[in-house]
Amino acid sequence: MQRFLVRRFFISIITLLVVSVVIFAMSRASGDPRHIFLDDYSTQEDWDRLTVSLGLDKPYYQQYGIFLTDAMQGNFGISIKEKRPVVDIIGERVVATIQLGGAAFLFSIGLGLPLGVLSAVKRGSLLDAAGKLVALVGQSAPNFWLGIMLMFFFAVNLGWLPAYGRQEKLSIILPAVTLGWYYVAANLRLIRSSMLDALDSEYIKLARAKGVKPAVVIWKHALRNALVPALTFAGVTLGALVTGSLVVETVFAWPGLGQLAVQALFAADYPLLQGVVMVFTMLYVAAALGVDVLYAYIDPRIRYT
Amino acid sequence: MAEQAAGSVIIPSEAPRVKALRVLRRLRKMPIIPTILLGVFIFVGLTAPLISPHDPTKSDLKDRNLPPIWASSETSPKTVVQRMSISGRSTQITLQKARTLQPNVQLDDKIDVITKAGGSSKYILGTDHLGRDVMSRVIHGARVSLIVVSLVILVGITIGVTVGMLAGWYGGWVDEVCMRLVDIKLAIPTILLALVMVLALGQSFVLIVIVLALTIWPRIARNVRGEVLSLKSADYVGLAKVAGASTPRILIVHIFPGIINTLIVLTTLEIGIVILLEATLSFLGAGVPPPTPAWGSMVADGRDRLAVAWWISTIPGLAILAVVVASNLFGDWLRDTLDPRLRQLG
Repeated sequence: MQRFLVRRFFISIITLLVVSVVIFAMSRASGDPRHIFLDDYSTQEDWDRLTVSLGLDKPYYQQYGIFLTDAMQGNFGISIKEKRPVVDIIGERVVATIQLGGAAFLFSIGLGLPLGVLSAVKRGSLLDAAGKLVALVGQSAPNFWLGIMLMFFFAVNLGWLPAYGRQEKLSIILPAVTLGWYYVAANLRLIRSSMLDALDSEYIKLARAKGVKPAVVIWKHALRNALVPALTFAGVTLGALVTGSLVVETVFAWPGLGQLAVQALFAADYPLLQGVVMVFTMLYVAAALGVDVLYAYIDPRIRYT
Repeated sequence: MAEQAAGSVIIPSEAPRVKALRVLRRLRKMPIIPTILLGVFIFVGLTAPLISPHDPTKSDLKDRNLPPIWASSETSPKTVVQRMSISGRSTQITLQKARTLQPNVQLDDKIDVITKAGGSSKYILGTDHLGRDVMSRVIHGARVSLIVVSLVILVGITIGVTVGMLAGWYGGWVDEVCMRLVDIKLAIPTILLALVMVLALGQSFVLIVIVLALTIWPRIARNVRGEVLSLKSADYVGLAKVAGASTPRILIVHIFPGIINTLIVLTTLEIGIVILLEATLSFLGAGVPPPTPAWGSMVADGRDRLAVAWWISTIPGLAILAVVVASNLFGDWLRDTLDPRLRQLG
């Protein structure tokens, strides 16, 4: 168990380091940062002073060292567009993103789990066929398009829900459904197949023979074991919700980190973009690590390998 | 002696026939609609300039936001007047204008005037906000997707197969390094990385292909490694080694044919993923640079115009959906037919 965790932790750290190297290399490839801060009226002295203050007179590995130390202290520099620290801007946005991700996650479990269990129990029924269709469309439809279509029907045509922003309470519904839909499909498929395996096993037959109520057999005995693969996937889901938020927040003008990243891209605001990417990667890696730890805790087979 | 020889001849001669029969039986279960859809996608992608009715980048401002062919025009009755009153814009029409529609109308007549144009056979799927033909753009978008997917899969497979084969064959630290690389790559959110690279290096076709190829190689490498590990201990590989075959020869001549089935299945399943990623990047404005028509950017074009022209976003989105559904179904079938072991990875 300990070895597994140490190893997993080590990989997470290396991942973050690799991302930081990529970001650093890209920031140097994107052009000389001095040109961004200085204009035609700047003097040679301004230029030299900036060179020293940005650390550009040092060799690359030292520059990277400075970048990394700053990043670890949460200092990602000053946003070019908004002229204030990147950390502050991210701080204002991070709650909205976590809120949206959480809602989407709950939606994907809340709908995917019962649908998956029911389509396994009623295998071959109309419900199962409907579940398969949901899974197929959910995994194939591009989420930006799905979002636009939902907006078109429920906000523009029917006027039931707000289309944009985060002002109203109901605003979160459309973006959360859009973001969660893919994972409803994925959870449905996973839980259906692991439920089928579980329902076919000896201990379920024993429980049934003992006269345990069918509902208890299904929702307690079988589901408990069927949840393990779904749990591993939950890590992937949490992480991928991060990436999905880029698209969905842009579609619904949800004021979170995803929208911020896309705005930074168009404003060519490199310090802001690299800050957002670092925070996103951290969330992603932390989610994956957390789920792996939980997984090792639940499934003893992992602990001893 | 003779019987033994006969026996040992019969078994291997029957085995391939049985296998062929089994494969044929499964081939009959080939999903018809997905196969046709994929065929259409490839055909349209290859012949786009020949079959598209208009130039996909040419805009005609007279024909903006025209609906698809099946949309009927909307009319409303208007009274013909000499001069329109301020509040009467929607119910009145001037005599001068009315005469251009119907030459012999009189004052105070009521005539039906077209307020919203219907579809025409000139633009079968309508036009977008700049008056470009949606159908031609969807057709050319298929070409862009097809080219991107082919190149990405070619590059991704080359990297994935090389890394996977080396890791599986050499084992030890080579394996460790390769597989940790895979772990790390799988832990980095793709789209974010793509955005960073696009901002730093500039938007270009080549960059998109590289970024997407970087995304798909780890999964391929991991599966290929598993295959190589199991093939490595096969008798024929050991015999080839004893016979003095060099390592590259063993890898290319003896191992590679054994992983082709897995590769075909993986490739088909990746098609959908790559199309979705490419579309997502173009939607965000970081894909293939404009004015090249890409499905993702077409959806983006129409998103603020849903109430006026729903087809601009809807139609390219349906095209993406159709191709991805088709490639997923086709890939599922190929996997069940060629390589049922991969099912667990699904």
